[in-house]
Amino acid sequence: MSAAPPTGRRAPWRRTVLAIAWPGAVGLLSALLLLLVALPLAGLLFSASPRQLLAGLGDPLVVPALRLTIFTTTVSLLVILICGTPLGWVIARRTSGGSGAGRAGKVWRVLETVVELPVVLPPAVAGVALLLAFGRRGLLGPGLAAAGIGLPFTCAAVVVAQTFVAAPFYLQAAVAAFRRLDPDLILVARTLGASRPRVLFTVAIPVSWPSLAGGAAMSWARALGEFGATLMFAGNMSGRTQTLPLAIYTALESDLRTAQSLSILLVAVAFALLVAIRAGARR
Amino acid sequence: MSALEVALQGMAGTLSIDVSFRAAATPLLLVGPNGAGKTQTLMMILGAARPRRGRVTLDGAPLFDDERGLDLPVEQRRIGFVPQRYALFPHLDVLSNVGYGIAAPSRAERRRMARALLRELDAESLAERRPAELSGGETQRVALARALASRPRALLLDEPLAALDVSLRRDMRRFLAERLRAWALPTVVVTHDRADAEALEERWWCSRPARSSSAGGSPSSPRSRRPRSSNSSSRAPTGRRTPRANRQSLARTVARANAGGWTR
Repeated sequence: MSAAPPTGRRAPWRRTVLAIAWPGAVGLLSALLLLLVALPLAGLLFSASPRQLLAGLGDPLVVPALRLTIFTTTVSLLVILICGTPLGWVIARRTSGGSGAGRAGKVWRVLETVVELPVVLPPAVAGVALLLAFGRRGLLGPGLAAAGIGLPFTCAAVVVAQTFVAAPFYLQAAVAAFRRLDPDLILVARTLGASRPRVLFTVAIPVSWPSLAGGAAMSWARALGEFGATLMFAGNMSGRTQTLPLAIYTALESDLRTAQSLSILLVAVAFALLVAIRAGARR
Repeated sequence: MSALEVALQGMAGTLSIDVSFRAAATPLLLVGPNGAGKTQTLMMILGAARPRRGRVTLDGAPLFDDERGLDLPVEQRRIGFVPQRYALFPHLDVLSNVGYGIAAPSRAERRRMARALLRELDAESLAERRPAELSGGETQRVALARALASRPRALLLDEPLAALDVSLRRDMRRFLAERLRAWALPTVVVTHDRADAEALEERWWCSRPARSSSAGGSPSSPRSRRPRSSNSSSRAPTGRRTPRANRQSLARTVARANAGGWTR
């Protein structure tokens, strides 16, 4: 017999209290979190008049930051797609089915963990790590210096920082999508005479397209918001390394309204990109 | 005379497989309960799984031969394959599915050839549809057309009727039996359903269920319970025999399988 107290014989008053208190508690706790999330958004959008916001967009910080942001996030997204798709494909193929059992499968699984680690890496840590790899006194520093390349505090550094933090989001989505792919699709395509690249481009990628696009959107959003690693690794120079998040940070020191305008602009850009990618994925 | 000759030994997980047969103009059936390694045998013939030992030759040309270190990649074997769930490409319409494996000089020519194949299978009206819009029987016809489109020199069908409902299965069984005879392509059909075997009739090769070593077989000698033909000799079991004898031996095989805890 079970030692738990019989629930049916509870005193009536306790049942009444529970009937009132439980919905109350659920409602209160939910409302707290909702307010915490919704209020700042409302503040961002509604605490200034449209005229004030438009005036904020006239600040000389805005246009270079917007241009640089669109340019760098596009480049880093392209890098992520072009390199991440084959990598995701290899990882998915080598870690699933019969080939995932052996030692090679284990190695690929470890690799997968390593490249997806930046998802949980704090941006400040990412900045330090990038400096220690590509900085003047970093692992590749002397080599890069000998080749005449100084990566930190350039536009390229912005791209590197964004790629580093954003790539794992796409990679995760790509690996998951390719793993879900029916292995018979790939096998049949090959029995029909298709080479491995043809199978990837004409079957695996088109069939996985919605998931890949979703992962790309996540990556792009992450790159768009990248702040900490960029600040530490690329600096905050208007026109060269100052992306929209960094411009917001700079504007905040002098003019809250400009920071607000920039913030809304950043949200709008992110939202537009998301909608575009969603629409593309459904096509 | 075109023929697919198979003599293979390999592992599928803990299951050991040891098969030897020859498929020529009439379809060869691999009959046996689930878990006997039938699908894995197909994978080894296709080149998707690597056998430990043996040979696969098609029209006299070797596709796999461990002694010579020969292992042709899947895409060079020219064996048509229809998997159990058919695996039509979901992002392509029926015509493009069929056209996928056609090597034609132009897109128009490829589409014309795909349409002709669909017509041959009484499925031309499906050309513009998507795989998600097809019924089970239609899907099967399209999958067959797609496999034939690449002009394979042999055909492997994995449980071709298992995904269809019972009423449809009877029609498709007749359809398949007729077409396979007409194409006269070396064909291997995997099935666990004795009715399929009787309709397609020509030759049977019964596999006894192999047991995984964890399910009672001695782990130190997993090959002691390898699948074997119902014939007393484990080699060359493909001689033509009377249907009655076949039916009896198959019934015994299935009965043994059920007694051993292997049910379908």
